[in-house]
Amino acid sequence: MTKPRRQIHLGAHFPGVNNTTVWSDPQAGSQIDFASFTHLARTAERAKFDFFFLAEGLRLREQRGRIHDLDVVGRPDTFTVLAALAGVTTRLGLAGTINSTFNEPYEVARQFASLDHLSAGRAGWNVVTSWDAFTGENFRRGGFLAAEDRYRRAEQFLRTAGKLFDAWRGDEIVADKDSGTFLADAGAGAFTHRDDQFDITGQFNVPRSPQGRPVILQAGDSDAGREFAAATADAIFTQHNTLEAGRAFVGDVKGRLARYGRSHDELLVLPSATFALGDTDAEAQEKALLVRRQQVSGQTALRFVEHVWNRDLSDHDPDGPLPEGDPVVGENTIARGRASVRQIRDPLATARKWRELAEAKKLSLREVVIAVTGRQTFIGTAATIADQIDDLVQQRAADGFILVPHVTPGGLDEFADQVVPLLQERGSFRADYETETLRDHLGLPPVRSRP
Amino acid sequence: MASPLPLHLAVALDGAGWHPAAWRLPDARPSELLTAGYWTDLVTEAERGLLDFVTIEDGLGLQSSYPDRLDGRTDQVRGRLDAVLTAARIAPLTSHIGLVPTATTTHTEPFHIAKALATLDYVSLGRAGWRVQVSGRPDEAAHFGRRHIPQLKIEDFTDPAVLAFVNELFDEAADFAEVVRRLWDSWEDDAEIRDVATGRFIDIAKLHHIDFEGPRFSVRGPSITPRPPQGQPLVTSLAHSTIPYRLGARAADVVYITPADADIARATVAEIRELQAEAGRAEQTVHVFADLVVFLGDTDAAAAAGRARLEELAGAAYASDAPIFTGTPQSLADQLLAWQDAGLTGYRLRPATLPGDLHAITRGLVPELQRRGAFRTAYPGGTLRSLLGLPRPANRYATV
Repeated sequence: MTKPRRQIHLGAHFPGVNNTTVWSDPQAGSQIDFASFTHLARTAERAKFDFFFLAEGLRLREQRGRIHDLDVVGRPDTFTVLAALAGVTTRLGLAGTINSTFNEPYEVARQFASLDHLSAGRAGWNVVTSWDAFTGENFRRGGFLAAEDRYRRAEQFLRTAGKLFDAWRGDEIVADKDSGTFLADAGAGAFTHRDDQFDITGQFNVPRSPQGRPVILQAGDSDAGREFAAATADAIFTQHNTLEAGRAFVGDVKGRLARYGRSHDELLVLPSATFALGDTDAEAQEKALLVRRQQVSGQTALRFVEHVWNRDLSDHDPDGPLPEGDPVVGENTIARGRASVRQIRDPLATARKWRELAEAKKLSLREVVIAVTGRQTFIGTAATIADQIDDLVQQRAADGFILVPHVTPGGLDEFADQVVPLLQERGSFRADYETETLRDHLGLPPVRSRP
Repeated sequence: MASPLPLHLAVALDGAGWHPAAWRLPDARPSELLTAGYWTDLVTEAERGLLDFVTIEDGLGLQSSYPDRLDGRTDQVRGRLDAVLTAARIAPLTSHIGLVPTATTTHTEPFHIAKALATLDYVSLGRAGWRVQVSGRPDEAAHFGRRHIPQLKIEDFTDPAVLAFVNELFDEAADFAEVVRRLWDSWEDDAEIRDVATGRFIDIAKLHHIDFEGPRFSVRGPSITPRPPQGQPLVTSLAHSTIPYRLGARAADVVYITPADADIARATVAEIRELQAEAGRAEQTVHVFADLVVFLGDTDAAAAAGRARLEELAGAAYASDAPIFTGTPQSLADQLLAWQDAGLTGYRLRPATLPGDLHAITRGLVPELQRRGAFRTAYPGGTLRSLLGLPRPANRYATV
């Protein structure tokens, strides 16, 4: 008897506002019309994906002190578009990013509980921890949070929201017409929470939702981020999508679970992944390169180099060499409102690496950026890609993937039509939905109300 | 009797209806109030009746029979869903009717509400609106823990502390609405250029910082959401006295008032017109609708008996901030047309029971008004603003 195959989990990422999304493609549609969201969600549901995912950023990105205009700009409100998608889908999970810094737990909890009711148990929450004063300029409190406190805030935010989600047990509404008793308990929804971020008390006004609480997603890669995920999340997004890096990451984050009394199946690791599909592997390689060149125009390449060098390089030729001289070390001031810039931890080392690559392979500035950023995760025929995905999951380098198409809204269509059936044939992916809620799609254990 | 003016009709949806015992009637669905199906059924029924829009009530605390604190009651509907999300859930399943959720300005972020309503406008293809609401309840403030709200007898306007406090809440609401409106305009309609030749997705000259500074918040902008289909979704507010009338006159496209009779309606409309001129909006269309709670029946006696039955279940006579109508759809049509002479351009009806009084509106009142030539017989197509005869506003930041 063969061992049952590990089941793959798939998310469909609505194309975002970085250069992964190719808006110049003739097939590219609107980033804001609801028809685009419907298209991707219905494609994902047709292919039996676990969930749809929408990211968020609360201030338009700027570079060199001006709004960044080379990538897609403009997004909807996360909650509102997910609630609308609940009306055009029936099983697909609906997950989105909501910030823990520029929100209050009471309001976010009532929105997620409402979304969970309105979708009959399909809500998911990617908790992010931005802190910057730049984004704060759009909100009441401004830039009130120190960078080093952002996980503390997020953790307390999540714990507070958890109390609110748990404030109703689920049996309070009796609605007995004969006796006239609507509520079994006048104190339904009572909560009190006090810590150094929040001091709140009262009665939550959204009764317990089908999942109890939304599925919690998290994306931090730092030590603090991983620890936060191990303590609180149901799934973690990551960039570690190769066999070796994936296995190391899985080992690391799942190894942290025991200290929170959690088992390995309580935290799924879902790397994000891009793909280039072709009728032959060679055709797919060609397509991948073409897309990479669309994603990294000369102007876009210059902006990437500016992120590392941390200064205005607009007078440089993208088809010429990398800039001379070292990056400006210290606070990155050239680009604002982008989390990725903070991941350049050692700009001097990055610049050195890039220069070595340029010299070894005789690459221009633009070619370096094409080579070092965002190559597609999966390149090949449908069979090649299905093999790669299945292998990574069977070998425990991931529990599944969040697929990021490069064209809105049709970029997932061919994956749904060609790759998913092969995964289903292998017995590694559901042939149809067998469960109702997102939590159950993901095979997560039932919610334990935490004290 | 043909009406000379188009009559606009909205319905206010809340729980199982506006009477606190409505949930106990045989056709009430009190255990489904938190489901999408319940709200979809109500709104599709309202759309079948060709109504202009529905409003959806909301609040940041449990429902209460008091305006300023919780009541601890267990015999009435308690608990609800977020109204903006409920509206969004219904939007793709309807196609003509306006969706006007309530959202509170007191503890929330104008940036979030602006993009939520803009998104509602996108998902409904131009049918979004907003009922602006303030929160004066200390228990709701404690849910946020950021601001102290005093326990005052909120209806006692002879108390100067109450007056000052209410003024502050409504001034904040006016600032809030101003920020929301600026954010909706912070992208010009043609800001997205997708210019492949230069590699530019947007023309940054057509995106605008809004740079609002006020005592409660400062907001830099622009919005993360492009200008919505209507340009400016519909802004509405409920008002019972001069302070909220002023908010409506400054910020709203529709003001709901609660006059006890036609003469009071006439005087209130005149006051709002004055305040509107003071706010520099004399040239703009601001609708004034009267709110009415309606108990409807096939005969006057049936309507009265229905109301009496509910009062018996509740153990109390029904009272409301709004005038109460009890009678047949025909006599309600008489009253609505008669009150139009006071300068009202429409009504927001609060069905005492759901779905009962909603059905009486869509299947009784609407055909009656149509017979009299006083109500549309089909949706003309277009946005909520156009349904209400409001233009798509020019962008305040556009230079050409």
